Amino acid sequence: MDNNLNETVRVKADNINFFYGSKKALNGINMDINANKVTALIGPSGCGKSTFLRLINRMNDLIGSSRIEGKLLLDGKNIFDKDVDVVELRRRVGMVFQKPNPFPKSIYENMAYGLEIKGIKDKKFIDEKVFDSLKKAALWDEIKDRLNDSALRLSGGQQQRLCIARCLVVEPEVILFDEPCASLDPISTRKIEELIIELKQFYTIIIVTHNMQQAARVSDYTAFMYLGDLIEFGHTEKLFTVPKDKRTEEYLTGKFG
Amino acid sequence: MYKTKEKIYEWIFMATAFSSLIFLLGIIIVLFNEGLPIFKDVGVFQFIFGSSWYPTHIPPEYGIFPVIIGSFVVTLGAMFIAVPLGMGSALYIYEMASEKQRNILKPVVELLGGIPSIIFGFFGMVIIAPFLQSVLKIPTGLCAFTGMVVLGIMAIPVVCSIAEDALSFVPRSYREASYALGGNRWQTLIRVVIPAAGSGISTAIILGVSRVIGETMTVLMVTGGAAMIPKSIFDPVRPMTSTIAAEMGEAAMGSPHYHSLFAIGLILFLITLVFNVIAEVISRKYRIKLGLDV
Repeated sequence: MDNNLNETVRVKADNINFFYGSKKALNGINMDINANKVTALIGPSGCGKSTFLRLINRMNDLIGSSRIEGKLLLDGKNIFDKDVDVVELRRRVGMVFQKPNPFPKSIYENMAYGLEIKGIKDKKFIDEKVFDSLKKAALWDEIKDRLNDSALRLSGGQQQRLCIARCLVVEPEVILFDEPCASLDPISTRKIEELIIELKQFYTIIIVTHNMQQAARVSDYTAFMYLGDLIEFGHTEKLFTVPKDKRTEEYLTGKFG
Repeated sequence: MYKTKEKIYEWIFMATAFSSLIFLLGIIIVLFNEGLPIFKDVGVFQFIFGSSWYPTHIPPEYGIFPVIIGSFVVTLGAMFIAVPLGMGSALYIYEMASEKQRNILKPVVELLGGIPSIIFGFFGMVIIAPFLQSVLKIPTGLCAFTGMVVLGIMAIPVVCSIAEDALSFVPRSYREASYALGGNRWQTLIRVVIPAAGSGISTAIILGVSRVIGETMTVLMVTGGAAMIPKSIFDPVRPMTSTIAAEMGEAAMGSPHYHSLFAIGLILFLITLVFNVIAEVISRKYRIKLGLDV
């Protein structure tokens, strides 16, 4: 795997094994994820890419009978340590899901949620953060006049950008995208991709995608996973043009997947 | 030959499918047909808001306000018991219980719902009423309050199981969104899950009300049966259902008394109909709101 000494490693996977019950879903994953870059996780269904992604903000905690071995370091601190506050972790590591999942509340309420549950009551501060994040997510101009409308009345693409904006409000350092365009049309997809590239100057971004072209378009690094193994990981350009592993090449050329 | 056979099967199943509709129509027709004649003797307003129910006196009086109040008081009181307990059970069973606890609690609640109402009545009459009478030093334990307690217990399973359905309809993605934003379990439950399930939960309450207001055997046994406007919840009352059940046997067929009992039934039917329609409308709206198929 290529390592670039100029980069800061934000997330480091150190020999991670993950089990659902007795089924092993991840097989000794080692990966260094750099700050302010987009890292794409690709691979066929069931390869473990979403499972790996969901470890980074510990969403897997919600699944009973799962077990984990190894370390996952965020800025050098193992997030599976007992003294890690998972609520705090999830504020630092935001997540955008496969299907847009705004709450059945108004646009504004969706945006303010992350701050309100933090116990922030200062209305002016909340307003500021909400407006700021909507602007960052390039959604402000489209919805500034309808902040009190139900978020469910937005189009799918707008809903997804709202979910991105909602996650920016709490000022995460890392943002996880779990196939964010899986349910969107090409135009909305393009907007999200542009947004992701825009956001990487502020955040460390990890994106799971089924769409190889998408990985090629948005990411700086790509990891190819297969059956729970990390097969190949490196600069996106190199991985796509001169894959080292035969399986990577076969997947990229559509021999399986 | 084959075609005829196919047609016959189709007809048979169609007949079964439409049987409910026919029964419902039949009931409505009979209720109106037998209930409306009373209004030749008594005005509608007089009938509903009259405060004396003396159908066998001379001259008779047909004011059903006391029995409407009886139903209303008992139902309201029962909901004060059934809603917190039913909702609380639903929240615990669906959101918090371990799988082991759930496997015990769920069948228990269902079993409670399956107990015949006569047994609840029996229980109220023999255990709760004498207990209240001795503790509260009231003249009789068979009163509105006893009815509330027993009916409240009876309605717990209805409220619980429908509220549980409502919680299960809340998409998993809402919870995930909340957790991913740093929400803890309580914040997620109170700020996201319960509001999203809100209309489903109100349906649970409304259907609980219909269950209680239509209950007959238990109220007949435990509420004392006095057709008077109660001054306190420890007075005996006679709800609409028990009035019909208690008096139908002695009312001469075709007499004004007989028709007035049908008219009570008609009003009760209309009340439960309204409740059910409201419940249906709310749950439809809610499913649309959540983007589920109607």
